[in-house]
Amino acid sequence: MLRYNEYPPKGYRVRVSTYWWIGRWAYLKFILRELSSVFVAWFVLETLLQIHALIGGPAAYADFQAFLRHPVAIASNVISLFFVLFHAVTWFNLAPKAMAIRLGGKRLPSLAIAGPNYIAWALASIVVAWLILRG
Amino acid sequence: MAEQITLEITRYSPERDKTPSVASFDVPLRKEWVVLDALNYIKDKVDGSLSFRWSCRMGVCGSCGMTVNGEPKLTCATFLTDYAPGPVLVEPLRNFPVMRDLIVEITDFLAKLAKVKPWIIRKKEMPVSEGEYLQTPDQLDAYRQFSMCINCLLCYAACPVYGLDPLFAGPAALALAQRYNMDSRDEGKNERMDILSQHDGIWGCTFVGECTQVCPKHVDPAGAIQQYKLTAAQEWVKSLILPWGGK
Repeated sequence: MLRYNEYPPKGYRVRVSTYWWIGRWAYLKFILRELSSVFVAWFVLETLLQIHALIGGPAAYADFQAFLRHPVAIASNVISLFFVLFHAVTWFNLAPKAMAIRLGGKRLPSLAIAGPNYIAWALASIVVAWLILRG
Repeated sequence: MAEQITLEITRYSPERDKTPSVASFDVPLRKEWVVLDALNYIKDKVDGSLSFRWSCRMGVCGSCGMTVNGEPKLTCATFLTDYAPGPVLVEPLRNFPVMRDLIVEITDFLAKLAKVKPWIIRKKEMPVSEGEYLQTPDQLDAYRQFSMCINCLLCYAACPVYGLDPLFAGPAALALAQRYNMDSRDEGKNERMDILSQHDGIWGCTFVGECTQVCPKHVDPAGAIQQYKLTAAQEWVKSLILPWGGK
């Protein structure tokens, strides 16, 4: 099988540039989606630190709040929020591609898969907003 | 004189050149001409040494894939007028070694394709006298899209993972494996699973999604790979929970 290629002629290989992801929106979007994981991790870390401060008592929590009010913390949180939203939206839009559910011989339309994801996201956001804002 | 358009074409001769260069050719700009017609015009009238692959001229054979103005395209389905006033940059498909001018070396793909066993596997072959393996239109519909692949390799040229890691099995091979996995007549899922669920198989894919965008036959290799990731993950969980390993 394929024996004629045992010693294939070399040919000229073009090296992929380190900056292959610049200059094509689809590639850049992919890299941004991958990069968003760093900011998602930052949010997770921040939440863990917040819980740690909460356990530490009122003084520790006041310190943590002061840290959150620092312009650098605010800026990084705004950037993180953008990336987390970007991650969520692109991810929900990709979900229908990965899930080919067939009902009655027909494949479910994309909206039927992405839709519940968005609804669940909205419901979760409402619950969190209610928890924070009720007091 | 009729309107002209300039084609800037990659030239490379392994005997003569160390690196590829670009040559310009002026060709008539005709409404009904595709890039492949312009290449054939050059070969017939201007420079007979220009080398490129082509066969059917109607998007079926999958031989004439090239990079046109930076995009992987079937040159038989890419009209010159869409690029007027030009120039049109014609390069070989990316991510493959260039053999000569616009011809690339595709052995790597052929070897990978064979590896995923893209044929119907039966535990026990039925003798011909017992008739065909029957299939309903719905069962056909489940894999039909993935069976449209013409092996033109535009998806490999668009895939940055394949460009960076040549060990990656790649979009078309994985989509074709999934085409047989979803065929109701096939019984080879487990055989393919061992090959597909390796790091160089489905898990190499990072879901850039460009393979699906450039596919001239709307095969959706990216979808096929993600669907198979879901199946592989379910099988893995089953193998953990069930005593008989989910097989």
